[in-house]
Formats: sequence, C-alpha cells, structure tokens
Amino acid sequence: MSGAGGEGPRAGAAGPRVGAVGPRSGAEGTRAGADASRSAETAERDELFAQLRAYEGRAAATAGRGKDPVNEPMIRHWCEAVGDASPAYRGPDAVAPPTMLQAWTMGGLSGHTDGTGRSAAYDEMFALLDGAGYTSVVATDCEQEYLRPLRPGDRITFDTVIESVSPRKTTKLGTGYFVTTRTDVRADGEPAGTHRFRILKYRPAQRTEAPESARRPRPVINRDNSGFWAGVAEHRLLIQRCTDCATLRLPWLPGCNACGGAEWDTVEAGGAGTVFSHVVMHHPSFPAFAPDGDGGPYAVALVELAEGVRIVSNVIGVPYDKVRVGMPVHLEFLRTDPDLELPVFRASEGG
Amino acid sequence: MTRAYRVGDQLPPLEIPLTRTLIVAGAIASRDYQDVHHDAESAREKGSPDIFMNILTTNGLVGRYITDHFGPSAVLRKVAIRLGAPNYPGDVMRLTGHITDVRAGEPAEATVQVTGDNGIGRHVTGTVTVVLPHEGEGATTTIALPQKGARAT
Repeated sequence: MSGAGGEGPRAGAAGPRVGAVGPRSGAEGTRAGADASRSAETAERDELFAQLRAYEGRAAATAGRGKDPVNEPMIRHWCEAVGDASPAYRGPDAVAPPTMLQAWTMGGLSGHTDGTGRSAAYDEMFALLDGAGYTSVVATDCEQEYLRPLRPGDRITFDTVIESVSPRKTTKLGTGYFVTTRTDVRADGEPAGTHRFRILKYRPAQRTEAPESARRPRPVINRDNSGFWAGVAEHRLLIQRCTDCATLRLPWLPGCNACGGAEWDTVEAGGAGTVFSHVVMHHPSFPAFAPDGDGGPYAVALVELAEGVRIVSNVIGVPYDKVRVGMPVHLEFLRTDPDLELPVFRASEGG
Repeated sequence: MTRAYRVGDQLPPLEIPLTRTLIVAGAIASRDYQDVHHDAESAREKGSPDIFMNILTTNGLVGRYITDHFGPSAVLRKVAIRLGAPNYPGDVMRLTGHITDVRAGEPAEATVQVTGDNGIGRHVTGTVTVVLPHEGEGATTTIALPQKGARAT
C-alpha cells in the first residue's frame, strides 16, 4: 500500500455500519449549525491529519513476543468457538488454524507486560486521536498472508509498523481516521505470516434518541388507596384507622387486619419516624431513584412512624451508605417530576 | 477421488447462527477482550445496540468455510476481509462463495470470493487464496484452467 489517499478505505461504501440500524435524526440537526461545524472540522482535519501522518512508517510494536507459544489448548478453544472440525488442527501432526495468526500476538486481558507491546509512537498517535475526540475504535479490514504453518511449540515474535493513516473520513458510525498497521509474524525466528489490520478511530455519531428523562414509576391508584394519594397531594400523610377497633394501618387496605372491620377514617401522621430497616440498591441502576440522577446506589428504608405503622420510602439528606437503623427521620414531600410527588424522609439534624 | 475446480464454481452456502455465545467465545478464543464484544451495556454506551462479533472471529469463520469445502489438506494462503454490517446476537450470517481463479502448478491454488450476509446487510466481503490438495494427500485435484471471458462475474 503506497499512500493513505490512494488506497484509502471507502468508508461510505463498505465501512462499518454499527450506527446504520437506527434513525439519524440527531445528525440532521439545524442546517446552519451543521455547516458551521463542518467548516470548523475541515480546518481541524488538516491540522490533525498532518500530525497523524507523521506517524506513517513508525513502529507500533518492536520485537513483540507472543505471550504463549503456539499450543494445542488455544487451538482447540478457537476451533470450538468457530465450529471448525478440521482434522488438520487435531492430533500429533496438528497445525494451528492459519486465521489464528493474530491471536498469537494478542496481549489479552493484561496486555503485553514485557514492554514489547505498543510502541510509544503508537500510544502517542492514539493519544492525539483520543484528545481530539476520536475515542472509539472499530476494526474494518484484516488481510493475512500465511507463509508457513504454525505448530504447537512455535515461539512467536512480531513487529508492527504504522503503514498508513487516512485523511479524515465520514462514515455512518461517525467521522474519524482509518489507521492501517502491518504486523510481520515470525515463528522461532522464521517468517510465518503477515497481518495487515485496519481500524477506524472515530468520534461516534450523535446518539439518535435523546436520553429519556428518568422518571420514577407511577403509583397505581385505585378506590382502595385513592384517599392516601389525595392526602399526598395536600402534603398530608394519611394513615387509615379502623372505626371498630381503632387499629391503624398503612399501606391502605379495604379492611381491618385486626378485627375485619370494613369501616375506617384517617389520622394524619405527625411526620416523625425512625429507620426501622433499610437496604441499599446497587444494581440494576435506576437513574430516577438516585439522588443525583446518575443511577448510583440509593437507600430504601422501612420507616416506623411515631404513630406505630411503617412505610417504605427513601431517606434523603444523608448519603446512601450513612443510613442506619434507628436513625431519626422526618416526613417531607419530594416532587420527583412535574407529575409526581412522594412522601420521603429526611434524616434529622445530627442523625 | 478426483475433484475438479472451475472458475465460477459456487460453494454451498453455510448458515451460521450468531448466538451471543459464539460472539463471546470467538472474542475470547482470539484473545480480544474489547468490551463491545462481550458486554452489552458497554457496547450500548459506545453507541452500538448490542455486542457484536469481532473481526478475528469473522476471519476464522471465513477460513473455516473455505477449508470445510476444500478439505483438510487444503491450506489457506491468504485471507483478506472487509467488514460492513455488524454481526449482532440473534441474527444469522449466510456465507456464500465462488471460485474466481484457479492456477495450475505445484502447488495448485484457487482464489475464492466470499460474502457473508446477515439480517441487516453485508457483514463481510473477502478474498481467500487456498492451496489445493494434490496427489498423495488423499485427493487428486483436476483444475479446469480459466479461459478468456470465462471468468465468473
């Protein structure tokens, strides 16, 4: 490949299309804004491309060493994964599937820890791209040539060079630069194959759907509990009281658990209570419940009111991990969104 | 056993169900721990609707498709692929191929054009050069040399 321009990948035609499945309304924003940003990006492209181009021909990895020699277990795992039952990859004369070529050079979960992995130049180039907002990566092309079979026991070494960087391209995924590297792989010092790899380092296209504002679930209001929610609307926490035996009950129920009486009236809670029990929800994340809306952990408490009944609610005013059993709390009403107000409990001063 | 390979020969299609397990197993077997290949939540944060197959797994599947057809004594010489529509879980990829070139000689070689289509489009286009089995390896290959104008389109 001679230059970045001549054989540059045709992203629009065959580039990756991760983003292609969704509507693109976000990208079709106001025309004036789009034009303004386009001209700004053109200027930026020239400058960044010139910087990136300086890395062409520089080493991305020098004298890299495969972390493991070619080995039967990794060959078997590969064959199992891709469903390859070829007898060529089994038994005493087994060779590795040629398409595993790159796998023998991979740093894996811990990366290359012997300093032979990425070169400083490669890291620098990536830092430039990351710094300019081209933070995402997708592989687009892989071209491998195999010069000799790899057999269990072969020790792998490799050198990688940054072959080319494309001018800035706009793809369905977003805009970015194609970076092509070529890795020469050796087995026990002999050339075993070459691996040309092209990635798109890109700035993701604008997300299509505006993030739905987090809303708490709506209460189910029916004839048995509508009085409770009517009270909440007036900032009164109403407790049901059986008119036969005077037992208080919360949550609201059609009849008395103590005597079975069907008649009731209400008592307004004074607002004082203590934390009877609590849990901290870590997962799954519900942004609507988190105090700062970021989906972090939040405390759910069973609060015992001074009147003796208990209610499940949130404790506010203290971090989720500072809620304690016995903590004194006081009733408040929290508007979580324009359509919903809920009784919650604030930890008392000094609590 | 004698096999004749001709320019224009179609390979039987191979349908690969794209299970989540295949995508994750392929990524890990190729030692690719990029989160977009195993962690759906992270993939969504990066703008992808789900995890998607890594290029090395596609490469392995294309290689398998060729050697499944030509037999275990056929040897891959070159595999060059380009990715398009991603392979997401729950889809099916249908690999098809046809021979675009055969070259007599020692050893004989064939070039196969491969495509893989999934439910949302063309996942992969590729060109594979394979060294064909010859006498003494269990199969005799007869090669029909291409004639002018006989190339498959």
